[in-house]
Amino acid sequence: MAALDRRALLKAALATSSGLVAGGCQRAQRSFNGELLSPSLGAGHQIRDGFVPQPDLENWEETEVAIVGGGIAGLSAAWRLQNAGIKRFQLLELERVSGGTSRAGETSFCRHPWGAHYVPVPGADNAPLWQLFDEMGVVNHAAGVPEIMEDVLCREPQERVFAGGHWTEGLYPRAIATEEDLAQRISFQDQIAKWIDWRDRDGRRAFSIPTALASDDPEVLTLDRITMSEWMQTQGWDSKPLFWLVDYCCRDDFGLSVDQTSAWAGLFYFCARRESSAQEAPPVLTWPEGNGRIVQFLADAAGPQLRSNRAVTAVKDQQDHVQVISFDTKTKIAHGLRARRVVLATPQFLAPYLISDCPTERKTDASEFQYGSWIVANIQLTDRPAELSYPLSWDNVFHNSRSLGYVVATHQSGIDHGPTVLTWYLPLCNDVPADARHRLLQLSWDHWAELIVGDLQQGHPHIQSLISRIDVMRWGHAMIQPRPGFVSSAARKRAAVPLDRIHFAGTDLSGVALMEEAFYHGIRATEEALLAEDNSVPRFYEALPRRGQG
Amino acid sequence: MNRAPLFLLYINVLIIATCGLIYELLAGTLASYLLGDSVTQFSLIIGIYLSALGAGAWISSFVHEKLARCFIEVELGVALVGGFSVPILFLAFGYVSWFQPLLYGLVFLIGTLVGLELPLLMRLLKEEVDFADLVSRVLTFDYIGALVAAILFPMLLVPNLGLVRTSLLFGILNALVGLWGTWLLRPLMRQKGLSALRGRAMLVIGLLVAGMIKAESVTHLAEENQLSGKIVHAESSPYQRIVVTENKTGFQLYLNGHLQFNSVDEYRYHEALVHPPMSAVEAPQRILVLGGGDGLAVREVLRYPSVKAITLVDLDPAMTSLAECFPPLGTLSEHSLQHPSVTVINQDAFLWVDTAHEKYDVAIIDFPDPGSFSVGKLYTSFFFNRLRQVLTDSAVLNIQCSSPLVSPESYWCVVTTLEDCGFEVQPFHATVPTFGVWGFALASATPLSKPLNLPVSVAAELRFLDQNVMDHLFVTPRDLQRVDTEVNRLNNQVLVHYYEREWSRWQ
Repeated sequence: MAALDRRALLKAALATSSGLVAGGCQRAQRSFNGELLSPSLGAGHQIRDGFVPQPDLENWEETEVAIVGGGIAGLSAAWRLQNAGIKRFQLLELERVSGGTSRAGETSFCRHPWGAHYVPVPGADNAPLWQLFDEMGVVNHAAGVPEIMEDVLCREPQERVFAGGHWTEGLYPRAIATEEDLAQRISFQDQIAKWIDWRDRDGRRAFSIPTALASDDPEVLTLDRITMSEWMQTQGWDSKPLFWLVDYCCRDDFGLSVDQTSAWAGLFYFCARRESSAQEAPPVLTWPEGNGRIVQFLADAAGPQLRSNRAVTAVKDQQDHVQVISFDTKTKIAHGLRARRVVLATPQFLAPYLISDCPTERKTDASEFQYGSWIVANIQLTDRPAELSYPLSWDNVFHNSRSLGYVVATHQSGIDHGPTVLTWYLPLCNDVPADARHRLLQLSWDHWAELIVGDLQQGHPHIQSLISRIDVMRWGHAMIQPRPGFVSSAARKRAAVPLDRIHFAGTDLSGVALMEEAFYHGIRATEEALLAEDNSVPRFYEALPRRGQG
Repeated sequence: MNRAPLFLLYINVLIIATCGLIYELLAGTLASYLLGDSVTQFSLIIGIYLSALGAGAWISSFVHEKLARCFIEVELGVALVGGFSVPILFLAFGYVSWFQPLLYGLVFLIGTLVGLELPLLMRLLKEEVDFADLVSRVLTFDYIGALVAAILFPMLLVPNLGLVRTSLLFGILNALVGLWGTWLLRPLMRQKGLSALRGRAMLVIGLLVAGMIKAESVTHLAEENQLSGKIVHAESSPYQRIVVTENKTGFQLYLNGHLQFNSVDEYRYHEALVHPPMSAVEAPQRILVLGGGDGLAVREVLRYPSVKAITLVDLDPAMTSLAECFPPLGTLSEHSLQHPSVTVINQDAFLWVDTAHEKYDVAIIDFPDPGSFSVGKLYTSFFFNRLRQVLTDSAVLNIQCSSPLVSPESYWCVVTTLEDCGFEVQPFHATVPTFGVWGFALASATPLSKPLNLPVSVAAELRFLDQNVMDHLFVTPRDLQRVDTEVNRLNNQVLVHYYEREWSRWQ
């Protein structure tokens, strides 16, 4: 599938009857406004351009561990440190709000996500994540076996798709499927079942979460050599609804089309969350603000150790400690930190800019990491659009669109009437990621608003009069892209190896952008740092007993 | 003819082309609205209509004389059939079982008449204009008319006028073209009968205008077909469509087309809903009523002198103030919602329960049936657990849970869900002629501390229950035995699926 073409998308949007007229006079008619947002680009580009402020003597501090980056990986690192009883650490976050792409936003009447918005119920072998959820108070022990509480499991109706002129339940576009399509879908499910039950000689699964626990058998890794669509073609499938479904899932989880995603990653999506094909896909945990709730819990737990508005500009290894130079973007004061160890919980592409005298091999490896760009828009509505077919769900998808549709922020709170916020997602699946970032910065709020309204009008012809505001976030490096060859590459593995006292976390080290992977790497990197000083620290992923429903 | 009338004739072409496409769009929209499956309906309507245009064109070859008069007659025919097509179809949908043949028949008839228009007109003009010019101009205006219709219909007509008025309005336009034609084409017509033709055109216009004025009652009438009496009150709140009908026996309340009560036998339902839980608690003081915005359950609660405060939570203010717009309801409910001990809260009970701090001795739950997810959430284990937080330890609740005879899985699913939340449940049922056998579930967090004793003073005021009858409500007949179901949870909403499946069998 070709890269997202704005003109094509606009054309598709304009093909709807109301869009036809909107194209000419929408600007004058528009009764809403909004903002074009982006993560702290300015500070980021300053660092890229080599800006290193010098802290005054009185602004130097000492600490055990410095964590750089307050996304899920960095916050999980702080959580792991606290679990090990370590209170002397600092977490330096560039932005005013932590969470990275899992952050939340707020309107006068509800909170809403700005990115990641759900986590599937973890498998029984992901005991550390069960422990986190337990601490968050969303695990119910009343039934003996721990269960996730009802109010955080996504409420029905969970998802619907707009195809053939109306909404139907689920993601698969049944409305336009023929008998042959349905037969191919079953054949696809059989293949998935086969891969779920696949085990290597050591009893490891082909795909698991965290990915680090999965098999590295060549039979599995060869899947990383071809794209998902190539793999599907070798199975003899050509069903359009099936390809659409898989393409949607790839764009949803990886920001890549089915033609760009590694078959390993595509199968990972369908297989990793089920230990056996007899199990159903697990329900998902979600909150009105998406994974922002997890961020909030972890940030609260980190307390004053979490320093916001801190742009880290240099990380220097000094033999017996590491110097971390940062710059307060608010007070404009430079700070120095002498830490015994550093957990660098940023995307890997930043490592060469942050680490002073970064080895050339590390720079080469980092350049192998490619990131996709995303647009996430929050659309405030004064009321719900009228519904004639399957009712408004949590996740609402348009079959005939390159967007991923929208989730409804008030859904999980059970608010079924009145104002709401729709969070709309669009991955930019360009073949060259830099092109997407270029486009991201080029287009104005008006362009995005026009495109978003046109997209929504496919399923809601009269929605424009209900919109009171549209805020548009441009994520330049939204998520790591598992294109063929990356997951099995040596560069990816090497990037996780510590540089002396600097330990690396970040979901991109897994090749897939998932909350569970970020959490895993935060814990893994922290344990590595701790074990280097004290070999009695337990490794959570080995030490904690299985939890939850098996 | 000189040039000016010729130009006016092209305007005629534009108008009739617009009208023609509007009728087609109306039929397609109405068919997908009433029958669903818009793809099938639109393609059938378009196909039939286009073929009828062809039929009309073919028929035109049999008209040899009186072309102008024939054209005007055809205009009046289109005006009548096209103009009244939507009201006729709306009304017929409720009355006749052969709706689809009628729909397609009407579409074919309109198409045929419209198909006659242009060939007749072109033959009228062929003497005046060069043939090549004629074809090009007539077709140009014809296609422009189609574009006008295609734009006006979704943007202006349907949102502002609705289907019924749009249909009548374009009927009037067609009739005006006909009437106008009696002057425009006068050189081509004989004087004889011209006044009669004009008179007929005026009559058609008059009929259609009368239809426009009465359009609202057509919608009413159409709704009445699907309900069971004359509509005496109707309003659309942001939450639902509220309709009250009346017939010889009494009045009926419908929400979104679903019957809520009939004034004739509602006492049976409300006595069974209120008195078992009220008589299970010693001197209940604080009472919670969820749903029940009609005030009929509160009327029953007020019979207990021990009651100090009643909180009624109903989503829709239009519902709790219905008695103001429809006084007979105030009489029936004995103005219970005006009683000083009653506090009315208009909020979704699902959200209210999280904000409530007081505890209640009795909870009476009178939500609509779980036919949608937004109501289904009020029957989930999550909601029942939250509800428990606002009940005293010895509190008793009673919940209406649809018919155990028609929808056994739905009924027992509510019971199973309550049990899953740790409630002790006593299922029972009552017969309400309007509804049939109706199910309730009496539930308490701790085993009931006393047998159900209907106070004598209360029993004296009741029409359905006495102590003996109330005791017998708890006897389960053989055809209402328990069935196994899943627990209704927020993340599965099985109850909505059970309910839809079970009730659709009876439609």
